[in-house]
Amino acid sequence: MSTATTTASTLSGARAAERRLPLWHLLLTGAASLVLAALVLATFGNLSIVGVILLGYVLHLVVTYVYSRVREGRRWAADRVVMLLVIGAFAIALFPLLSLLWKVIVEGGSRVVKAAPHPFAFWTSDMSGVIGGADAGGVLHAAIGTLLITFWASVISIPIGLFTAIFLVEYSSTGWKRTLAKGVTFLVDIMTGIPSIVAGLFGLALFLAFMPDQSVRMGIMGSVALSLLMIPTVVRSSEEMLRLVPLDLREAAYALGVPKWLTVVRVVLRTAIAGLTTGITLAIARVIGETAPLLLTVGMVTGVNWSMFDGRMATLPTFINQQYRAGKANCMSDTVTNVVNGDVYSCSITTNIDRAWAAALTLIVIVMVLNIIARLISHYFSPKLSR
Amino acid sequence: MSSTDVAPDAPEAPEQSSLRSGGRRFGDTLFSTLSVGSGILIFVTLALVAIFLTAESMPAFRESKELAGIFGTADPAFSLIGGVAPYIFGTVLAALIALVIAIPVSIGIALFISHYAPRRMAAGLGYMIDLLAAVPSVVYGLWGGVWLVPRLEPLYVFLNQTLVWPSWVPLVPSGEAIIPLFAGDPTAPMRNLASAAVVLAVMILPIITAMAREVFLQVPRLQEEAALALGATRFEVVKTVVLPFGRSGVVAASMLGLGRALGETMAVLMILAPGATFSWHILEVGMHNTIAANIASKQAESSGADMSYLIYTGLVLFVLTFIINAIARWIVSRTTVKG
Repeated sequence: MSTATTTASTLSGARAAERRLPLWHLLLTGAASLVLAALVLATFGNLSIVGVILLGYVLHLVVTYVYSRVREGRRWAADRVVMLLVIGAFAIALFPLLSLLWKVIVEGGSRVVKAAPHPFAFWTSDMSGVIGGADAGGVLHAAIGTLLITFWASVISIPIGLFTAIFLVEYSSTGWKRTLAKGVTFLVDIMTGIPSIVAGLFGLALFLAFMPDQSVRMGIMGSVALSLLMIPTVVRSSEEMLRLVPLDLREAAYALGVPKWLTVVRVVLRTAIAGLTTGITLAIARVIGETAPLLLTVGMVTGVNWSMFDGRMATLPTFINQQYRAGKANCMSDTVTNVVNGDVYSCSITTNIDRAWAAALTLIVIVMVLNIIARLISHYFSPKLSR
Repeated sequence: MSSTDVAPDAPEAPEQSSLRSGGRRFGDTLFSTLSVGSGILIFVTLALVAIFLTAESMPAFRESKELAGIFGTADPAFSLIGGVAPYIFGTVLAALIALVIAIPVSIGIALFISHYAPRRMAAGLGYMIDLLAAVPSVVYGLWGGVWLVPRLEPLYVFLNQTLVWPSWVPLVPSGEAIIPLFAGDPTAPMRNLASAAVVLAVMILPIITAMAREVFLQVPRLQEEAALALGATRFEVVKTVVLPFGRSGVVAASMLGLGRALGETMAVLMILAPGATFSWHILEVGMHNTIAANIASKQAESSGADMSYLIYTGLVLFVLTFIINAIARWIVSRTTVKG
């Protein structure tokens, strides 16, 4: 109804001036659709912001099409509708991202800040002796486990990945090495697609084949499993960076009589260092949140374990999963006593889920910090190539 | 990503065989050995994955109905096909639903970033979508299980109970859901395959988008401008130039997304209430499970032959994703050579 009146009032002016409608017409029909949606929902008695936006969007598609068809013609009407659809697709993708980040920051943030016995105790205490609905405990042990396992996974993956990239770019120009390089490129692509749970099974199967005790789980098994996922990422990004190094630089080095290996180290790697660091940081950020392989290979404990070769380890992702699965806690009384050090905490039914959110916040903060570091490195240290 | 595939090993540094004076330098030998060795190590690693998974699933083969004749097992405990088939069904169904949701949205986002959004904003918007890929899968599982599942309930009730055949339409089972996939008897909490697929769709969105965006940006500028000069609207440019050019790229991107969705563990494990049937009713709870989530949920209490059966299902998943990814890469390589 609102569209009809608008059409009537501005018809004579707009058609003469320009064939295409200015943007504010689109905004106007949008506002009209939202009002219409609100009216419809109010009539049916379930008015909500989400409902208004969703219904309003759908109505807007129809309203815009009809309005534009009348004013601009069939082809432009289709164009307008497709533009709305494309914007809608982007909004749909932003919705989970924003709601997830919001939820993690609000739920996790309040648990981290309010944690007993003092603020941020969540990051300085572990789970030893924390039972039932005790509103206590933290992720120190899990954070240490995550950092250790990721560190050793990096120690395994970075040299292999970097040297494979050097092989692909510098040493695979002729003969059988060329064939090998083609095979390696294909297999690296395949490795990128290995399901993380299969990587975990590999880490498990590899060690169980040599271990008498079939129930053994330790940190290094997780590192090996993660490196299977990390190597292809390192190879792909490093290869891309090394190929960006101009050929002139290499040739200049050769002309000066520099040996090939020294050229690679002092010229190629030196030039590409920023890109390499960025790629490797992103690869670390990718594997640091992997859960399934660690579920299979490192198990879970309640205290800090510094040893990679002795006993199970807690990690942030598996900790989140464990706390989530624990679900609602039982509160028999108002307080819970820590069986290890005798501290007394209040009881909370939601304590497990709260800890899961707080651990998720911790993990996301680590991932985001790594991502930001990568961005900063690539922004400030990338070589200024004249291309 | 395509640049690495296409670039022929461009004018490479000379191998220096004729120019080199004196014996081979130690540093050169070491470096070339190390790098070639790393390349070979990639081969070895993948071979090891296949070998160890097969070796560790041998006990399951020995105890299976299908191979009992070969191994002479008296009382086989497992069925190599029957045991894993419901999980394959669940895995593929969940991945396909996720794909059906994700592909149109991804194409929309890719078009928005490459052709609709203002140039200056495009990079930032692309980065926001990439952020979706940076969120760990376990956090998606937590978010999906706690926040999303209750909020999807009205939608499911609508699809299941409102979108039904009215009684005045002849020849249809009145009261049944119009779309058979949404039939059945869903009960809250909605920890069903549809919820898991929605979260999977969110997780593969950035993968498909990133690749589709790259392909759409490679569309020859001249062709677009020619279409515009002929008076085409932006939609007509997209329809006649961009989409035909990017079609195979989008197909390949979808295959990669499919590979990821097939192998995803945590989101499914944390959202889906497991079952092992061949039910097409994706809204019913406790009917499906995927291979990966099944391994993750049973590994803790499995040992011996049970464990090796789980490893066997992992091998099946490995082969499945291997084939899907190989097809995707083949499409990519074929496309980039042509383009």
